[in-house]
Formats: sequence, structure tokens, C-alpha cells
Amino acid sequence: MLPVLLAHGVLALAAPALVNSLGRRAFWVLAIGPAGATVYALSQTAAVLDGRPPAEHLPWIPALGFAIDLRLDPLSWVMLLVVGAVGTLVLLYCSAYFAHDARGLGRFGGYLVAFAGVMAGLVIADDLILLVVFWELTSVFSYLLIGHYSHRTSSRRAAMQALLVTTAGGLAMLVGVVVLGVTAGTWSLSEVIADPPSGTAVTVAVVCLLAGAATKSALVPTHFWLPAAMAAPTPVSAYLHAAAMVKAGIYLIARFAPAFSDLAAWRTVVLVLGSATLLLGGYRALRQHDLKLVLAFGTVSQLGLLTLLLGYGTRATALAGLALLGAHAMFKASLFLVVGVIDAATGTRDLRRLAGVGRRLPVTALAATLATASMIGLPPFAGYVAKEAALAAWSHDGDLLGKIMIGVVAVGSALTVAYGLRFLWGAFKPRLRSLPDPEGLPGDGARKESPGEPAATLDASPATVHPQRFWMVAPPLVLAVLGLAVALVPQAGEKLLAPYANTYPNGEPGHLTLWEGFTPVLAVTAGILLLGALAFWQRDRLERVQAALWFPDGADVVYRRLMRKLDRLAADVTAGTQRGSLPFYLGMILVVLAVGPGFALAAGLVGQPAGGGLPVAVDAVGRDGVLHLGPFALVPWDRPAQLVIVLVVVVAAVLTARARRRLKAVFLAGVAGYGNAALFLLHGAPDLALTQVLCETLTLVVMVLVLRRLPPYFSDRPLAASRWVRLAIGVLTGLVVMLFVAAAPLVRVHLPVSVDFAEEAEAFGGGHNIVNVTLVDIRAWDTVGEISVLLVAATGVASLVFLRQRSGDVLRLDPADGDRSPEQAATAGSRQVRQGTWLVAGPTLDPDQRSVLFEVLTRVLFYPMILFALFLLFSGHNAPGGGFAAGLVAGLALAVRYLAGGRYELGEAAPVHPGLVLGTGLFLSAGVGLVALLAGQAALESTILHLYVPVLGEIHLVTSLFFDIGVFLVVIGLVIDILRTFGAELDRQAEPFAQALGSHGRAGSHAGGERA
Amino acid sequence: MIVLDTVPSGSLLLAVGVLFAAGVYLLLERSLTRVLLGFVLLGNGANLAILVAGGRAGAPPITGSGSGSGSEAEPMSDPLAQAMILTSIVITLALVAFVLAMAYRSWQLHGHDEVQDDLEDTRIARLAVADVPSYADSDSLESGPTLAEEAVTARDEVALPDPAVDLPPRGRAGS
Repeated sequence: MLPVLLAHGVLALAAPALVNSLGRRAFWVLAIGPAGATVYALSQTAAVLDGRPPAEHLPWIPALGFAIDLRLDPLSWVMLLVVGAVGTLVLLYCSAYFAHDARGLGRFGGYLVAFAGVMAGLVIADDLILLVVFWELTSVFSYLLIGHYSHRTSSRRAAMQALLVTTAGGLAMLVGVVVLGVTAGTWSLSEVIADPPSGTAVTVAVVCLLAGAATKSALVPTHFWLPAAMAAPTPVSAYLHAAAMVKAGIYLIARFAPAFSDLAAWRTVVLVLGSATLLLGGYRALRQHDLKLVLAFGTVSQLGLLTLLLGYGTRATALAGLALLGAHAMFKASLFLVVGVIDAATGTRDLRRLAGVGRRLPVTALAATLATASMIGLPPFAGYVAKEAALAAWSHDGDLLGKIMIGVVAVGSALTVAYGLRFLWGAFKPRLRSLPDPEGLPGDGARKESPGEPAATLDASPATVHPQRFWMVAPPLVLAVLGLAVALVPQAGEKLLAPYANTYPNGEPGHLTLWEGFTPVLAVTAGILLLGALAFWQRDRLERVQAALWFPDGADVVYRRLMRKLDRLAADVTAGTQRGSLPFYLGMILVVLAVGPGFALAAGLVGQPAGGGLPVAVDAVGRDGVLHLGPFALVPWDRPAQLVIVLVVVVAAVLTARARRRLKAVFLAGVAGYGNAALFLLHGAPDLALTQVLCETLTLVVMVLVLRRLPPYFSDRPLAASRWVRLAIGVLTGLVVMLFVAAAPLVRVHLPVSVDFAEEAEAFGGGHNIVNVTLVDIRAWDTVGEISVLLVAATGVASLVFLRQRSGDVLRLDPADGDRSPEQAATAGSRQVRQGTWLVAGPTLDPDQRSVLFEVLTRVLFYPMILFALFLLFSGHNAPGGGFAAGLVAGLALAVRYLAGGRYELGEAAPVHPGLVLGTGLFLSAGVGLVALLAGQAALESTILHLYVPVLGEIHLVTSLFFDIGVFLVVIGLVIDILRTFGAELDRQAEPFAQALGSHGRAGSHAGGERA
Repeated sequence: MIVLDTVPSGSLLLAVGVLFAAGVYLLLERSLTRVLLGFVLLGNGANLAILVAGGRAGAPPITGSGSGSGSEAEPMSDPLAQAMILTSIVITLALVAFVLAMAYRSWQLHGHDEVQDDLEDTRIARLAVADVPSYADSDSLESGPTLAEEAVTARDEVALPDPAVDLPPRGRAGS
């Protein structure tokens, strides 16, 4: 079954390309998907009927018990057959229906096949959660297909309405499913049905399920989305809104009825909604003039009938319901396709303007007649067999409820007869009566009722049959004939459908027959037909009566009013909560942190027995100098030097907060940062100390680069009052966090996961530096995430300042004679060194801004720094260092080059685009990690290679080194991006200002390098 | 071996508290540079908090190497907390760069780097008080024909009854 679903997915993805290359014929290829489902279902017939349903199981989220469970029991078999067969025919029909240059055909084909796939998945899913997933997916594809004409406002609105209504029901259904699954202790659909739980919660869950079914199957009061969904292309109406998707709700009812149909709530909901829908749909259908709307309201009505039959809960009605489900799929899909043919042939669907169509489209007229006969329940068609079985079942029951049901169904069926005849007569009547409303009918060229128009040449008249035309006429005829064929062998139908119907707990098994003899049921049937014919005969009078009758506001009007109110509520809530002030939001968050969790913590501490204290970890008992303050245990310091540095950090932090001058604040924050590095070192974290020092240095450089452009002082704001508020929130937050940090280590109840890291690092990671091995191996996914963030940040930085493109060209010396290779540039550089310059691009700077000492130092320091970076990179696995530190050192080396020699110097030092460096880095880290998958290991798992190199001896190469190189490159890329942005680009943007201020013209020394 | 002694150091607690307090104080400012500095201080405080949660100070978590560190001399500090902090330090650097770029951009556009109140929010609040829809949305009209009535006007792009279009070999060559 899984391959069948996957085939749909592949076809859906390939659809745009297929339509591009094959045009409309691509639909023939796409039809393979549902055709495959049909063939599969047919091939499994014997197994299904023998009670050996094929099942497949694939673990999905084992920890939660979710699985991809598929099962083909008799009900699923019927549904799969309906979904597959109608889907195949509709796709074939599409190949002729749409214009060859119709817009968005590839997208449309993809959605339609994808829908067929998820619908097939829905009916064979045997896991409750999987069922919900497929259920929602059908809603989504229905939304996309209804909104196919996305340029039309009404199509978008219809699509949105259908989506909102069906997903609202879907949400209720999800609640029901979760309650059901949790109560039953299993997510397996068949297990829940086999052993249904009970209780109030289950009753509520079942009502929730029914709410989902009601919205999906357009039962009252959510029926209004289905007629609106007629904005979709006609093949979609035929497939989704007649044969397949709207049956999903019916399927759900049929699926759960054996387990829950005894519940009073179930019966009430099903019978009330089903009856109301049956009658309302039929009543509204009698007023429609658009052929599609007649059918749409008819579908609503039939869905009500199906709900009644399959939800009633006895075996005989269930059998009748299953028969009607199949019959309805055949006749209703067929009729919709017929409407498509008429629409294409005449350009209208208004039954007041159609006449003489039957003469020119005889095959289509035949199909329509057969399908209508089945719909109104004429013998010997499938609809008749099903309806007879239903009436027989209820008359056999003989109780009051059964009699009421017979009455309701009889009235509903009479309405069906009336609108069925209205449809058939309206579409194929030989000639028009006097037009009721002539001015309402524009005499456009699309009208082709009168003989002699091109309409004569375009359809399946025997003379001119175009190949594609065949594909438009054949599918409805096939479906209509099927509706006759299956009815002629009712015993076969009974044999196929009875296995599921007999899983219902109540009642006698029913039968499907064509002739049961002269019974009261026959009289009822005759009465239905007569009454329906009468209503059709008096249709004009009936329409006038309907128009005159008072009718409450339609459900669609109520829905719109509701949505408008929702919009207003949203606006009010937004206005009430969104003040648009960042400090306000942040302050609110922090106050909630302090008041909520902070209060809870404080309350917990107060509850501690005095002197008892929090459980102090085992090893600490007997440690010297442990102070007990209330419930807390503290040591004043880990090492005495810690206190000294903490004092420095505290002073720096307080002064930072007080500083009015930008540069001063930045430097003080830097002092706090370096203090942190010292604390790390004292704590026994050399890697952290190294990284912190490097980062702090780079931060200082970057900040200074930007701050030279910003005003030196923070703007004065007359907000003395708010300063106290901020101070209060700050102190409060600080205290709460201190409380947390003091309590957290003491309430630890588990050993840290890192107790085994030391051994694991050596055994699997092949390194001695546990922190580094943690980063590149044990928790490598975290690191992949982190460097992705770095990449995003670098891109963001560049795009915020470069504005027009991700970042500018790499600035090189003499791009005018650009055929100079880097080597030549380097030799040119060394020549310049002999001439008294120490840096290649030194001369591009203003002489006033150059410092020979700095240039000399830079020249001396650059390569050692790069070497040091490489050393850190390669030794990081066993000693402090690693990709992050190495990348930062290399970045600092570049920063020094930039500071000494200007932006061209930076371009010369790193003549690559930072995007390339970043991308390569991420690819090395994540991509190389995936190679492990190919080798059959977990992603990002390291392998230790033992190589023997003749001179060097044995070398242990750990594959995670490549990961670290990736990290190294990403960090370098980030630094280059930062330097190019805040350094080079800001220089360039500042230059016009500088020149305007009359500073020295530097153009002469630019060596023609400026390309503004 | 990893220490299980998690008794926190009072000095570090003090540092955490002060860094958070000063950080939050700056974070609630409107000048982006100060917000950024506040975030940096707060980040430093958070890093120290993680460090404290990881346990007491110890030897560097580097095995073997025989340089005195290791099991005999002094227990190791917790490497997991350190790996997390290392990640956090580098991310903070990226964040600093990003916020600086925003501050610079703000200065470029407005001449200052202050976070203003969101004008759009103010506008929505004003309109909500007046009970006026805050956006024009033809997709959610309250009146007018029902969607079912409008669906009647939907027309598919069907194959035209022109035989030239339908002849398979040449007719479709252009598409």
C-alpha cells in the first residue's frame, strides 16, 4: 500500500514538469497514480473478503506509539476503489477538458494527484493520528483546488471558507481522536473499534469526531461551503466534492459506527443532522438554475442520506448505506462530468438557456440519463437497489423510529426525483420555453443553443470524433454504465459489502435485490416517484412558493457575520495588548519571569525546614568552608582569585550601565567580558577562556568600527522616572536569577550525562579535549545548528549594510588590469615592500592615516597568527583550541590587516567572497557528517582512521576533523563578512562625506580601484 | 572523573546577579547600542550561570596528556556545560554584529539608533477604538451575493471548439 501512496507523491511532484513537456497528455501519465490504487484494491479482493485484510506497519514515532499503519479491510477496500477509479477517470477527462494553454495546469495536475494520494491514505490509514494527518491534508488540497482561479476574489473566498469550516471540524476531530486514543491506550484504529472504550470523556470525544465528519461532509449547519466550492474547476467538483473528499466524513461515520452507534449522543447527532441535511439539500436544489449548483445541493442532500444510513447502526441499513455510497460516487461524478461537457460545448451551465443539447451530444445525454435514473432510484439501477434496501431495512425493523425514517427518506427521495428530473430536463430539453427573464440573458457569442452553430461540430456526434473528445465523453458514460451494471448483479454487491456491514453490532443482516415482490416498500417507492414527478411538473409554481416563503438567514450569512466579528475581536485584542513599545514588551516579559517562576521558587524555599537545607550533593559533604545560609549551601569562592576578578566584573558592569559615552560603555563591557574569560580559566575551562578572549577582542574591534560613525554620546532622554522603573526591574531580575542559580545545582537529582564523556571522547571521538569532542562529535548536531545561525547572522549583517546585494565585490588592487593572478599580486606586493611599503595595499590609504610601525607589526604578525590558527585547529582535538578558536584567531589576523592597510588590504588578504567561505564551511560540517550515513553509521558519527605515513609514522585521523574545519571556515566567513561590512563598506559610504568636508583627496592614490 | 560537588561559589553568584541586573537595565533602554551592551552583559551572566550549574571548579576537561591534570590531582570540571557556553559565546558575537548592523542602519535612515514605538500598532489601536476595520479586505465582505451565487460565474479554461487546437501533432507544438 505504501508504494501506491508514494507513487502519488512522486507523480504530484513531477506533474509541473510533465505538463510542461507533454501538455495536456500529461494527465494520462498522472492517471497512473489512482489507476494503481484501483488495480491494487482489485488485486486484493480475495484476501479482503476472506477476512485477511492486508496490513503494513512502519514505525513513525515509537516513543509515542504513533505508527504508519495501513490496513485494507472491506470498508477501506470499497473507499479505495471509489477514490482510485473515479480519480483515474477524472484525470483522463482532464486531459481533454482543459484548453491546452490553460493557466496553471501543471500545478493543478500536481494538486489533483496529490489529493488522490492523501485521500487513498485517509481511507487505508489504521492509525488514529495518521488518519488525522491525511484528513487535514485533504482539506489543504481541497483549498488549493477550489482556489485554483486564484485571481478571482470569489474563488479565494470560497476556498478560504471551505478550509476554515473543514479545519475547524478537523480540530474538533483531533481533540476527539486524542481523547479516544488516550482512553483506549492505543492509537490503532482497528483496535479501538474492536474494543471501544466508554465513559463521559469518550462520549464527548465521539461527538467531536462527528463534528469533524459533519464539516467535512457538508452536513447542516456547515453545508454552505459545498455549493460555494463549485467555484472550483468542474473535474474537481466531480472528484472532491461529489465522489471522494466529502465522503471522508461519511467514511468516518461508517468507520466508528460499529463501535459507537449505540451511544444516545451518536444517534441524536446522526439522525438530526442527517435528516435536516437530506431535506434542506433537496429543497434548495429545486431553486437552482446553475447545473453545478443543482448537483451541489443534491450532493448535500445525498450526504445527509448516507449519514442516516451508515450512522443508524443496524446491519441492514449499513449495507444499504455502503451500496448507496458506491452508487452515489458513480452517478454524481458522472453527472458533474456531464456538466463539464455541456459547459465546454455551449459556454453556459444555466438551465434556462440550454436546449437541444441532447441532439448534438447523444452519448453525453445517454450518460446523463443513466446516471440520473440511478440517482432518482429507478429500477434497475444501483441507486434503486440501495434505496430499496434502506426502506426494506427500516420496514423490517417495524419500530417507530424506523417508520419516521421511512417518512423522512421518502420525502427526501421525492425531492431527489424532482431535482433529478429538473437537472436532466433542464440540460437536455429539446427547445426553450419562453424565456422567463430575457434581459438577464446577454446575447453573447457563447450561446450555442440554436442549431447550426459550431456546437454541432465539437462533440461526440458520430461524424467528427476528435481523439481528445473521446476522453471527455467516455468517463461519464463509463461511470453511468457501471451504475447499471453493478445493479444487475446485486448478489455480487452484497457479497462484497456484507462483510463490513455485518461488523455492525445490531440488527439482522440485510440484502441487496432488484425485486423483492409486492411489498409495502414497493408502494413507498412508487409513491416517491409519483410525488417527485408531480413536484417536477409543478416546478414553476413550486419555485414561486419557495421564493415567497420566508426563509431564515442562510448559514453562509451567519458564517460571514461571525468571521467579521472575529476580525473585530482580533483588532480589539491587538489594540489592547500590542503597545508597539519594545521596552514595554521586554519589561513585561521580565516582570512575569520574576513574579511567576521567581515567586514559585521563593515559596518553595520558604517551605523548606529551617536548617534542613536543600539536598547537598554527595561529594560536598565534609567539604571545607561550606556555608549554610537558610536552605542554601554556599562556598565563598572556588579559588581566592575568583573573588578579585568577580569584583572587577561587578564594577565594570555597573559602570557600563552608567556610562553616557558610547566608547566608554563599550570598553567597560569589554572589561567585564575579559573578566569572564579569567573566571572561565579559574574554573578549569581553558577552551572557554580562549574563545571568550578572542570573541571579546573581535567584538571590541567591530564595535569601534561602527561607533566611529555613530554620535559619541548616548542621546539624552528626559526619562528620569522610567530609569528607576528599569533599575527596579533589573535588580529584581538579577535577584531572581541569583536565586535560581543558587538553588539549581543543589536540587540536582541525576548524575550529569557528562560523567561518561571522558571515556566516550577517547573511545569514539578519538580525542583528549572533551569539550572539543563534545562540539564536533557527541553533540555535533547542536554545532551544526549553531554554525547555521552564524551563517544567517553573517548574511543578515551584510545585507543590512550592503543593501543592494548580499555583499559587494571582493575589493582587489588594480582590478583595471585584472588578469594579474594573486601570485603576481603577491610579487608586486613584495616589490613594494622593497620600495618601502610593508603592506600591499598600504599606498591606498591617506598618508596621514598610515602608521609605519603598525604596518611593520602587521606584516610580522599576520603569518604567525595564521599559523597559530592552524595549530589551534589541528591540535584542538587533544588540547585547548578547535575550530571556533582557530577561526577567531584567523579572523583577528584579517582584522589586523584591515586596520593597518584599509579595505583593499583586506581584499588582498582574503581574496574570496565570504559567502563562498560560509557555504563551504557549512557544507563541510553538515555534508561530511552525512557521509557517515552512506557508510552505514549515524549521521555525524566519527570514524578514526589509522594511517601509516612513511616518515611521520602512524597518524590517527579522526573524521570529525573535517567537521571542525567546516566550523573554522564558517567563523572566518563571519569575520570577513563583519570586516567587509562594518569596515570596508562603511569606509566607502563615509567617503563622500569626508570629501564633502574637504579632507584630502585620496583619489590619486587609489590606483583606480574605486568602483562606486 | 567528573565532580558531583555542585555547591555553588558565592562570588560567581554575585557576578551573575550583577551582570543580569546591569544587563536588564540596559536592555530596557531605547538606544540600540545600549540594548546591545545590555544583551552582552546579560549573555555573560547567563554563561556564568550555566557554568555554576555545571558544578564546582576543577581541572580542565582534557584526558590523558599526563600534565598533572586529570584524576589524581584534581577532579575535572563538567565539559558539557563548557561546550554549551562555548556555543553561546560565538553566537553572541554573531548577534552583536547583527544588532550593530541594525543600529547602523537605523542611524543611516533616521539619524539616531533608537527603537521607536511601532507606528502600525498605534494605528491599529486608534482604529480599534473607533471600531473601524484596520485593513481593507475584499475577501471578508459581509454583504453582497453569497459565494454559491458567485460560483455560478466561475468558468473553466476549457478546450475551445476550434478543431485546429485539438489536432494533436501540430496544434500543440507551440506550447
